[in-house]
Amino acid sequence: MQSIQTDVVVVGGGGAGLRAAIAVAESDPRLRVALVSKVVPMRSHTVAAEGGSAGVIRADDSLDHHFDDTVGGGDWLCDQDVVEYFVAHCAEEMTQLEHWGCPWSRKDDGQVNVRFFGGMKVQRTWFAADKTGFHMLHTLFQTSHKYPSIKRYDEFFCADLIVEDGRVQGVVAIDIASGEFYLFECKAAIICTGGAGRVYGQNTNAGIVTGDGMGIAFRHGVPLRDMEFVQYHPTALPGTGVLITEGCRGEGGILTNKDGYRYLQDYGLGPPDPWPRPKAMELGPRDRLSQAFWHEEQKGRTVATALGQAVWLDLRHLGAAKIHERLPLITEVAKTFVGVDPVVSPIPVRPAVHYTMGGIPCNAHTETPLKGLYAAGECSSVGIHGANRLGSNSLAEIVVFGKVAGARAAQYSKSAPAGRPGAFRKQAEAVESRLLGLLGRDKGERLATIRDEMHETMETGVGIFRKADGMQATCAKLARLRDRYRTGLKLDDRNRAFNTEWLSAIELGFTLEIAEAIAVSALNRKESRGAHTRLDEFKERDDASYLKHTLAYRTGDGPPRLEYSPVTITKSAPKTRVYGGEGKKVELT
Amino acid sequence: MADTRTIEIEVLRYNPEKGGEPHFQSFQVPFSDDTSVLQGLQYIKDHLDGSLTFRWSCRMAICGSCGKMVNGVPELSCHKFLREYYPGKVRIEPLNHFPVLRDLVIDQTDFFEKKLPSIKPYVVPKEEKPVSAGTYVQTPQQFHKYYQYSQCINCLLCYAACPQYGLKPDFTGPAALALLHRYNADSRDRGWEERAELLNAEEGVWGCTLVGYCSEVCPKHVDPAHAINQNKVNSTMDYFGVRKLLMPKGGG
Repeated sequence: MQSIQTDVVVVGGGGAGLRAAIAVAESDPRLRVALVSKVVPMRSHTVAAEGGSAGVIRADDSLDHHFDDTVGGGDWLCDQDVVEYFVAHCAEEMTQLEHWGCPWSRKDDGQVNVRFFGGMKVQRTWFAADKTGFHMLHTLFQTSHKYPSIKRYDEFFCADLIVEDGRVQGVVAIDIASGEFYLFECKAAIICTGGAGRVYGQNTNAGIVTGDGMGIAFRHGVPLRDMEFVQYHPTALPGTGVLITEGCRGEGGILTNKDGYRYLQDYGLGPPDPWPRPKAMELGPRDRLSQAFWHEEQKGRTVATALGQAVWLDLRHLGAAKIHERLPLITEVAKTFVGVDPVVSPIPVRPAVHYTMGGIPCNAHTETPLKGLYAAGECSSVGIHGANRLGSNSLAEIVVFGKVAGARAAQYSKSAPAGRPGAFRKQAEAVESRLLGLLGRDKGERLATIRDEMHETMETGVGIFRKADGMQATCAKLARLRDRYRTGLKLDDRNRAFNTEWLSAIELGFTLEIAEAIAVSALNRKESRGAHTRLDEFKERDDASYLKHTLAYRTGDGPPRLEYSPVTITKSAPKTRVYGGEGKKVELT
Repeated sequence: MADTRTIEIEVLRYNPEKGGEPHFQSFQVPFSDDTSVLQGLQYIKDHLDGSLTFRWSCRMAICGSCGKMVNGVPELSCHKFLREYYPGKVRIEPLNHFPVLRDLVIDQTDFFEKKLPSIKPYVVPKEEKPVSAGTYVQTPQQFHKYYQYSQCINCLLCYAACPQYGLKPDFTGPAALALLHRYNADSRDRGWEERAELLNAEEGVWGCTLVGYCSEVCPKHVDPAHAINQNKVNSTMDYFGVRKLLMPKGGG
C-alpha cells in the first residue's frame, strides 16, 4: 500500500470541497492539501444545481429578511447562531466567485441580477441562467489550478478514516483506475461528499450521491443529525426525476392540475392573485408544494403520463425570449427527456427526492464531534436548513462553509501533533482486506436487487407523508436488507482495475445504514415539522417535545440508537409557519 | 415497462487484467420510448453483466461523464435514446483517440493533467481586487464575448471528433483552446500575454486544420472551431505586433 504524507485531506471535489481546498491554500501555501474525489471534481453533483444561490444585495432586502426566511422555512429547527453567520457571509462569497470569473447573469447596466425563489421575501438569488451550479463548480475547479499546494487525486474513492488517539490521522482511499489502496497520512480531514438522495428511487440526484462521507463518519461514532428531514423538490420530471429548477417559478411559471386549475390556492398558499408575489402560491416553500401534489394525486386531479402522475408547470406566458435567456437548460432538458418545448407546451412535473437536510453534525466552525474531522456542504448538518431547506441556500452553503472548513482545518493542522509516519499501516490494511472481501463471495444475490428494494421501501415508508405503521415496516425491511447485504451479495466483477460494481457495493453499504438512520429517526419524531409530515395522530408540530435535533448513533449491526440535542434560538421564537395571504396578515400584525 | 421491444446493444469489452484483446459483446435489452442509451447500459450492468464498465453520473447532460462512441459518433449516452436506433442495433465504444482503461472507460489524464492546466483556466486580474470592493461591471456586450465559451462541460466529445488530436496528441485541442479564448475574452481578465505563447505555438491554434467536426458534436453548442479560428486572427495580429494596439482588452 502506498502512503502519502499530507496536512489536510479534503474528501469530495464538489463546490464545498474545492472551496475548502482553496481556503487551505490561501490560509497557508506551505500546507499540503490532498483533494480526494471519486469523480473528476467538475463531474460532482454541484454541477446539476440550476436555479441559483442566495446572497443579500438589494436595497429592499436585509440580512434579517434572509434570516427570517431561512429560519421560518426550516420550521424553527435551525440553529439561529449559525444562520446569522451564514446570511452575513453569502454575498461576499458570491462576489468572490464573480472575481474568479463566474458568469452571473446581469442586468442591462452590467450589475449582477437576482431572482425570486420559493419562500423568499425579496429577490435574493444570484443566478447564472439556469446552470448556476455548473458555473460555480467550473469556476471553482478552474480557479483551483492557481494553487500549487492543492494536489488532486481524481477518481480516488474514499474508503475509510484512520482514527487514532481520538483524532483523525489518515484517510484510506482506492485508486479507481488500478484498484490499489492508498493511505493518506494527515492531520485533518474535511468531508465534503454531498448528500444521500440515492437512498430513494425517484430523485433529482446524480448516481454518485450515495452518502459515502456520512456513512464513514457514522462508522466512527459520529452521529447523523436530523436525518428524517429529506426534501422532495416539487418539480422534477416524472420517471427520471431530472430537476426542473424552482427558478422557473421564480421567473413567473405556474403550476396547474389536470383541469388547468392553480391548485396551490387550496393548500394555504393562496389567494392566487396578484401574482407573482413572494412567499405565496408557486413561490411557497418546497415541503408545502410537494405535499400539495400528494393531496391532488389523492383527489384524482393530477395528470396521468406514461411515467406516472404529474401536474403541469406552465411557462408559456413568459415568452420565448425570456425562457431562452433565463431557462436554457430546462428548455433543453424538457425537449430531450419528455419531448416538450416549454415555449409552446407546459412541462409535466412531480415531486422527487432532492436534498438531505440532515447529516454530519458540526458547529459554525464546521468542527464535528471527532477531533480533526470537519464537514461542509450537503453531507454536513451545520444547522442552517432545519426541517426544510430554503431554495438557493445550498449553493451558498457550500462556499460559505467550505471556506470556513478550509480555514479552520488549516489552523488546526498547524497546531496538531505530528503523526508517526507509517504508524497506521495495519489499520489501513484491515480496511483493505475487509473491502477486498466483497470481491470474493461465490454465492448471493445481485446488488441491484437489494438496492431496488431499499428504494421501494424508502418511497413507501418515509416519503412525502409518513405514518407509524409504514415507517415501522420500512425499519424492519431495512434491517433485513442490511442482513442480506452482509451475508449474501455476489458481484460479477472480480477484477481490481476500474471495478465500478465493487465501488457500488461499498456505496450500498453506506446507503443502507443511512436509510436506516432516516427511517428510525422519522419513526421516533412524533410530530410533524417541515419535510417530516405525518398522517397519523402526530399531524401537528410539537415544540414542547420536539424542538430539538435528532442524533442517530450507529450500534453495529442493529438499528441506530437515538439521542436528542437542543436547538439554538437567538432571536426568533417559534411561530406558526404561514404563507400566502395568511402569511401577509401575520407579517402586518 | 409497458413496452416490450428489445434492441441489440453491442459493447466493446476490454479488460487489462485479463490481458485479452478488445472484443465486442452483444446484449438484448428491453426498452421504451424514453430509455436512453445510458439506461440501456445500466440495464446490462444491473441485470445481465455487472462487470460491464462505464462512467456516468448526472444523467442530464451537464456533468460530462458519459461520452461514448455510439454507432461511430461521439455522443453523451444519457442524451441519446435507444428508440432512435431501433430496429437497428446500437454499437457502443469508448471515445476515439484516448487510451482505454477498461471497456468504455477512457484515460482522460492528458486533458485534465496537461491540456487544461496549460491554458491557465482562471481569471488573471489586472490587480487583486478585494471582495469588499464589490463585483465588476460587465455590460451585456462584454458578457456575450465570452459567455458561450464558458458552457464547456469537459465531456471530451470534441477530442474524439478531432482528427488532428488523433494524429498529433500534442495538439492542445478544441475544448482547452475554447476555454483559453473564454478567459482571454473576459473583460475581467488580463492574462492574454501569459497565454500567448501556447496560443501561437504549433500545438496551439495553428494545430487546427479547420475540419469543424468538434463544433458539430458539441452537446453544449460551444463552437470550439469558431473560438480557435478567431484566435488564428488574433495570433496573426500578434505576429505583426498590432494586436495590442487594436484590442487592448484581449477580446476577439
